[in-house]
Amino acid sequence: MRRRLRIGLAFFVLLVLAIGAYVLWAQEPVIAGIRPPPRSAFDPALIETGARLAAIGNCAFCHTAPGGAAFAGGRPFPTPFGTIYSPNISPAPGNGIGRWSEAAFRRAMRQGVSRRGKHLYPAFPYDHYAKVDDGDVHALYAFIMTRAPVETFTPPLQFPLNQRWALTLWNLFFLDRRPFHPDPGRSAEWNRGAYLVTGLGHCGSCHTPRNVFAAEKSSRPLAGGEVEGWRAPALDAASPAPVPWDAAQLSAYLRHGWDAEHGAAAGPMRPVVDSMAPADDADLHAIATYLAATPESISPARKQRASAAASRAATTELPASSEAAAAALFAGACAGCHMGRTAMLPPNGVNLALSTAIGEADPRNAIRILLDGIRPGESGAGPVMPGFDGVFTDAQLVALLSYIRAHYGGGPPWADLAAQVHDIRADRKR
Amino acid sequence: MTITISVNGAAHRLDDIDPATPLLYVLRGELGLNGAKFGCGLGQCGACTVIVDGEAVFACLLPIAALEQRAVITLEGLGSAEKPGRLQQAFIDEQAAQCGYCTAGMIMRAEALLDRNPTPTDAQIRDAMAPNLCRCGSHMRILRAIRRAADAASATPIAKPEAGR
Repeated sequence: MRRRLRIGLAFFVLLVLAIGAYVLWAQEPVIAGIRPPPRSAFDPALIETGARLAAIGNCAFCHTAPGGAAFAGGRPFPTPFGTIYSPNISPAPGNGIGRWSEAAFRRAMRQGVSRRGKHLYPAFPYDHYAKVDDGDVHALYAFIMTRAPVETFTPPLQFPLNQRWALTLWNLFFLDRRPFHPDPGRSAEWNRGAYLVTGLGHCGSCHTPRNVFAAEKSSRPLAGGEVEGWRAPALDAASPAPVPWDAAQLSAYLRHGWDAEHGAAAGPMRPVVDSMAPADDADLHAIATYLAATPESISPARKQRASAAASRAATTELPASSEAAAAALFAGACAGCHMGRTAMLPPNGVNLALSTAIGEADPRNAIRILLDGIRPGESGAGPVMPGFDGVFTDAQLVALLSYIRAHYGGGPPWADLAAQVHDIRADRKR
Repeated sequence: MTITISVNGAAHRLDDIDPATPLLYVLRGELGLNGAKFGCGLGQCGACTVIVDGEAVFACLLPIAALEQRAVITLEGLGSAEKPGRLQQAFIDEQAAQCGYCTAGMIMRAEALLDRNPTPTDAQIRDAMAPNLCRCGSHMRILRAIRRAADAASATPIAKPEAGR
């Protein structure tokens, strides 16, 4: 007994020493600061390329506080261990990255390490940016270093988040440092899309499920995740969209935030679409080509589901007498836009039999859209839907959503809808 | 179907009515309360805004089936031509209307805001009023009128005269 205890203790001490040695070994050096380069140091064409790439990376959204100066950081990201604030990445020499050389910028992008050698949190998706090639990092550097420098100070992280050494261990297990490898069996456009989706576009940050260490499950890329209380739908074969996306629809959706056979970009996807406005059409089409289904990739079961959705969309099933109350709410509040019963204004709302939010097995997005509505983003253009918070009581929302799911969802009833409605309402009041 | 709704403190029994009928049609067609206006019928302009249980909502998308046991307040519930409510008076003082079609909805949404938050910042006023549209260009006057009503309520008449305006 004593002997086993001693062996166990020795093993534990060795383990701690090994981890300590690894953490020390994995520390990164400071990269010397430079004098902030003038705009003339960068080729205007390169800056322009960087701008189009930054649109796909959506750098501006996270690195701009609500109402704050562009790229000056300070947007809060609540985590279970405290709040992380996005850093200032404007080229300000003091609080921004004005003194970062391109080598320092590249190391941050690929390895998540600041110029001073501090480990950055993977809320900054360097696990994706590790795939961005040298040429694109070069262009992004030119773009970022020619933004307006703003000396906004970002609050430092509090304990335990300031114990950044722990990230060396996270990186050991979850950071794939290998560069992107094209698939020679696929088209150039498909490969461009794969490169953008897995790299700069970091789609998986929201659309891939995460493990207990908040790392993406590499075995289930794009299988659907969670973000800010919303469901980020699966983009793989498990997509909840009643009708599979084709590349033309998906690239138009990424451009305009709307597709008649799927619905509108809502919740955290709305700013993503806004951010991509300056991106190249060709790049959005490449992303769509990589993500969208092809006729050969659609299984017979999936085709069946799509044709069932199409027939639900074409025919209106009359409500049963037991549903009269919910049917009245639907007729008064929803049917005008979603059933094409209004002659006032095009375009009408998505046919709910085709809506991804209604087809999704998880009701959260449907609840949030019904409560919040859909507002156009900062650009001021995009689909609109009024919010119904204040219009309906919890019980009415549950009845209405159950009715919509039963008539248009094509799947089993949403489980614990009442609890979800209650929780989401409470969460929105916070 | 018979439904009873409460508007401005009075109960109204509606016989033989489709429960999907929007509240707006009932207010204007059945009850003769013409403050709330029909603008778009799609919940996008706010001309029909009324208050239900303290929240500003679009009456054009509110089926009366949802209203039993709930209190509706319309523009007529805030005051009259002889005795205007605080926001109605402020809108008069600031001449915050051109064609006037949006005014009732604007006042109702502002009323819900001031009931919830009697001392809003200018940014909070703008944010709260975002769902309501004015097509004439009276926006700055509307914002001033709401500011005036909020300031009048939060200050004694002596401590805060008209200075600064």
